[in-house]
Amino acid sequence: MINFLLLPIIVPLLTGILLLFLARHITAQRWISALSSFGTIIISALLVQKVRTDGIQTLNLSNWEAPFGITLVSDMLSALLVLTTSIILFSCIIYSFFGIGKEREKFYYYAVVQFLIVGVNGAFTTGDIFNLFVFFEVMLMSSYVLLVLGGTAIQLRESIKYILVNVISSALFVITVGYLYSIIGSLNMAHISSRISEMGQTGILTVIAILFLIVFGLKGAIFPLYFWLPGSYYAPPAPVMALFGALLTKVGVYSIMRTYTLFFYHDQSFTHQIISVLALLTIVLGVIGAIAYQDIKKIIIYNIVAAIGVILFGVAVMSPVAITGSIYYLVHDMLIKAALFLLIGIMISITGTSNLTKISGLIQRYPGLAWVFFIAAASLAGIPPLSGFFGKLLIIQGGFGQGVFWGAVIVLLSSLLILFSVMKIFVTGFWGSARSYEGEKNVPVKTLLIAPVILVVLSIVMGVGSETVLSYISIAAETLLNPDIYIDAVIKER
Amino acid sequence: MKTKENDIILQTCTKVVLFIIILFSVHSFFAGHYEPGGGFIGGLMTSGALVLLLIAYDKKTVAKILPIDYKIMIAVGLLFAVGTAAGAIFFNVPFLTHAFGHIDLPILGDTSLHTATLFDLGVYLVVIGVTMTIIQTIGEDE
Repeated sequence: MINFLLLPIIVPLLTGILLLFLARHITAQRWISALSSFGTIIISALLVQKVRTDGIQTLNLSNWEAPFGITLVSDMLSALLVLTTSIILFSCIIYSFFGIGKEREKFYYYAVVQFLIVGVNGAFTTGDIFNLFVFFEVMLMSSYVLLVLGGTAIQLRESIKYILVNVISSALFVITVGYLYSIIGSLNMAHISSRISEMGQTGILTVIAILFLIVFGLKGAIFPLYFWLPGSYYAPPAPVMALFGALLTKVGVYSIMRTYTLFFYHDQSFTHQIISVLALLTIVLGVIGAIAYQDIKKIIIYNIVAAIGVILFGVAVMSPVAITGSIYYLVHDMLIKAALFLLIGIMISITGTSNLTKISGLIQRYPGLAWVFFIAAASLAGIPPLSGFFGKLLIIQGGFGQGVFWGAVIVLLSSLLILFSVMKIFVTGFWGSARSYEGEKNVPVKTLLIAPVILVVLSIVMGVGSETVLSYISIAAETLLNPDIYIDAVIKER
Repeated sequence: MKTKENDIILQTCTKVVLFIIILFSVHSFFAGHYEPGGGFIGGLMTSGALVLLLIAYDKKTVAKILPIDYKIMIAVGLLFAVGTAAGAIFFNVPFLTHAFGHIDLPILGDTSLHTATLFDLGVYLVVIGVTMTIIQTIGEDE
């Protein structure tokens, strides 16, 4: 079936439309969205397997030949990210059954979540730069709704900031695509890449490269463009926070990866140097934020920023080892960030506060929650048998291999401080004398714990079975390092 | 809201103008393939006509004339657009591939039909649904 790579986009889209009809039937909404998201996991796993056996999958929409129509391209990187997205969608939906509240569920919550996934999966799969913009907007508009849904004061205030920043960055995206189109005359990514390599990367194309870095840096929260993130991600409830923290910024990171390995790889001494410096500053600022706060939400939010720095540093180094490490770390970070946000969501619903100084002794009442959190924290910091280790190891190896010693040392030191920041939650929040909290009887901790346990188990599997996982990721890295593979797959007759 | 007992001129004009606007919007919807126009502008003009109705009469009257849930209309429109595009999947051709043909209809005779019109109909319904939902939601807020 030639439309197979489209299914991870079309299944959530049809589900979302169906859920619009069923606004008042909460039980039906839950069942349909859970079943369809489980189906999406199976479909995207089959897609990963298909890309592995048959090579890059492409689909020319409406049957127009490659540079003239919109092409969807599924290489190993995008297939893996689509699979990870579907897994996160499934676990966030399961968590939402008891973690979001009936008031939000009645107002199209599940439908909007499905539309968010349409945007994310579409952005990962598209092979057209303007279509990427459109899928960005699908994703962002759903995220506006999810951010404001519920209408508490803090949500209203933060969504104004969030919408303002994203409207500006989207306008800049359109302007940048306009510049690129006026020079290259094409919007198909493979065609743009082959034309840039024919004419060479002139000064104006380097300017456009930096403009793209600003656009995607605003979406993906790199230094100095991450200022909106800590406030905006603080506002929504836990499952929405998990979706945002795991998916939205990663789409920006994926776009930087794609454009800087497919389009702008000719003037690396300039462009990749800039990314490298910005990535290291992002790590430093993220880590400072993570150790500074006594608020569990803020700590995890600043850990997103630090992780984005680590991934981008691997991209900037641009050696096979570092790119492999970046992809591995990207997939790991999506899973573990979703798990951590869901776990602190449970902590907050038990204690009714996110202030760390008011929480203590949770381990005596909720040992399961405590140890799942401990494993997730260890995985985030990169303790060897878990998944966080291998990605960082490869990135650091790549850094030393290319002679970027300072960068590699900063990545190493950042792990220490990240470990400190999450262990601070563990030591202060879970150890100590137990106390009782108001309303903790009403929280179905065991049921809520299912979703983060799925994610943490996957993270352990990804660490223990790293041999198998790396065999997939090295295929993805090979495509990123040789743009010709991508171009040949899209434009058949050259 | 005040009652509009003295709006005879406005209400009478509306009764005449309304149908002209709707006819014009339907015309530009069907002309979209060969002339400027299409689903988006057609939908906007149709909802413009409905807004004129809302201005001339109050909301309850309009809801009585046109008992439509515009949120369902959005979903139906999306279903049309996606369904037309996804129909291609069943014929194992790429998504969004459209079909075209001359069909002999009973009264209209030989008519050229294109599935892109059905896609456009989806756009038309979504545009009306979204515009009316926005306007009515703001109007209800007191």
